[in-house]
Amino acid sequence: MPQPLQIVVCAGIVPDPLQTLEPATSPSGPAIKNEMVLPAVLDPWAASALYEAAALAAKNPSKLYLVSLGPKAKLQQVMMTVAQKVAFELVPIDGPIGGFPDAHSTSAILADTIAAIPGLDRTRLLVFGGWESASRGAGVTLQLVGERLGITDQFQGVDAITLRDDGSFEVLERVEGGKHQVSICAGPPAVLGWATGNLPEPRNNPQIGMSNMRTMMPALQRAKTTALDSTTLRYVSVSLPKQQRETRIEKNMTPDSIAAELVAWIGKDS
Amino acid sequence: MESILVLTHADESGSALTKASLEAVTTARELAARLGAELTIGIVAANPQHLSKALQSAAPRLLAVSGEEFAQARFASDAAACEALCRAAMPTIVLAPQSSRFTRVMAAVAHRVGGVIDTHITAIGGAQSVEAARWFYRQRIEAVITRDQRPWFLLLDTGTHAPFVADPSQPHAQPDEIAITAVLPKLRTQVTGFRSPKVDQQTIRPDAKLLFVAGAGWTKKQPDGQTHVEEAANLITQFLSRSGASLGSSKSLVDQGGEGQSVLPFLTHLNQVGQTGSTPRHPKGLATCCHGEEPHVVGWRFIGERRAVSLDPNCGWTRGKADVVYIADAFAVIERVNALLGKKE
Repeated sequence: MPQPLQIVVCAGIVPDPLQTLEPATSPSGPAIKNEMVLPAVLDPWAASALYEAAALAAKNPSKLYLVSLGPKAKLQQVMMTVAQKVAFELVPIDGPIGGFPDAHSTSAILADTIAAIPGLDRTRLLVFGGWESASRGAGVTLQLVGERLGITDQFQGVDAITLRDDGSFEVLERVEGGKHQVSICAGPPAVLGWATGNLPEPRNNPQIGMSNMRTMMPALQRAKTTALDSTTLRYVSVSLPKQQRETRIEKNMTPDSIAAELVAWIGKDS
Repeated sequence: MESILVLTHADESGSALTKASLEAVTTARELAARLGAELTIGIVAANPQHLSKALQSAAPRLLAVSGEEFAQARFASDAAACEALCRAAMPTIVLAPQSSRFTRVMAAVAHRVGGVIDTHITAIGGAQSVEAARWFYRQRIEAVITRDQRPWFLLLDTGTHAPFVADPSQPHAQPDEIAITAVLPKLRTQVTGFRSPKVDQQTIRPDAKLLFVAGAGWTKKQPDGQTHVEEAANLITQFLSRSGASLGSSKSLVDQGGEGQSVLPFLTHLNQVGQTGSTPRHPKGLATCCHGEEPHVVGWRFIGERRAVSLDPNCGWTRGKADVVYIADAFAVIERVNALLGKKE
């Protein structure tokens, strides 16, 4: 039986993917217009990481933390939903929202916060998160967190982890060509940046929600406020893509004529 | 003055550099020429001697980290190799392909050498300074960024430049190759192989000219009030076989599998394009039975010519995003397309 693990999931919050986004200028640099009032969700890939972590903890009794950076009010709003999915201890950081702050600053704060979790045993630590975010989408933050924590086994684009009896684990990572690379790691500590994994979103469970809320609200009240400084990153321009295509809508063609047109188009060199 | 290091690596076979690596070499040569910068190429491979031919005339200096440990794409060894190459070349700008192998390690390498990193770079420009273009919010907002701090690492999205082709008649036809030693930490991870999804055939083909996107409509009730999942699966697999297309899928269709609904048996999350999927690059894209922003906006951002077959003439997401939208039953259209493609075989 593998030893109990300590799993720390890093997850940000992002605007609901169905929202229309428009860039704007704020005193601290580029931002999303009305971002604070847009409905927000837990970052989708990081949410996969959270659900996979919970499934792992269910099979192998483990302590699960969720470290999340965002404006306190927004975090509270998102956690009302997330807290009903799986059991975890929230470690909130009150800070700015959005994809434009520098990943280097974000990773420094996350690493310091993880290192300061009371009683954290780094020899049993697995750091989870999304392999990219839906905001910055750089795939850099989690890797830098691992590097700052001195973790030398990292995996990105993870779709599965299987613990083995000797404490080692097998990881499937996405690589080019629709394949997975299979690796065996001797054991924690390790960083795993998750792709979608294989689990569906857990159903809401009010009992889990009530249990999480008992520790979540005090944690949110105690959340440290932080600023993200970047002295090196400068934005030359931030804009919406301008390309708008002239769409030809064909309502009256028969399947035969559509098929003929498509086959000719497929065969034509672009 | 800037000095540029472009990092490259061997493919799975170990006998050639990856196409993405050669694309990065092209980008680096263009940037070096524009800035008047010194250019060095770094190679990570078990046996780089076989690979340097592909880099003839590319740059005056090649640095290589070699050894069996570097045959595997693994964080600890790759990070040590890239760190050693950076410390040897002392560049101000490091370019590398956005491959799974280098994406796994390059931020850590940048941190180790006191640098900064930006990823998914689609273009590098700027008159007096180096400016890099990349997308935010899943290809919805484009930004151009610059940094003063060096070394600055830039990971280049694949498909944005032509791969470098060696020309033995040009200068630097035989560049100096210098072996660099990387100090390895204790290796705790072993790569044991590769696994393809459990499917009848490989449906993800990054080099295909056409991306075929299957939406959730394929598994919905048809005019006869029944679903026809098996027929849909046959039509799609036959189309992929005859056209050589790569298969993408909308999130809603892939998610149906997890929710216990009928789903196309060959689809996995690896096929998913869009918000939580990939944003592939193909010259052409054909979307069928899709509705929503994910396939038409996010997933199609880097598709050249775009066509769609849909029953919804009012789908707002296709307007302005697709070149042609056919309002028709995809079952009937694809069946006839398959017949026509079959005649050509």
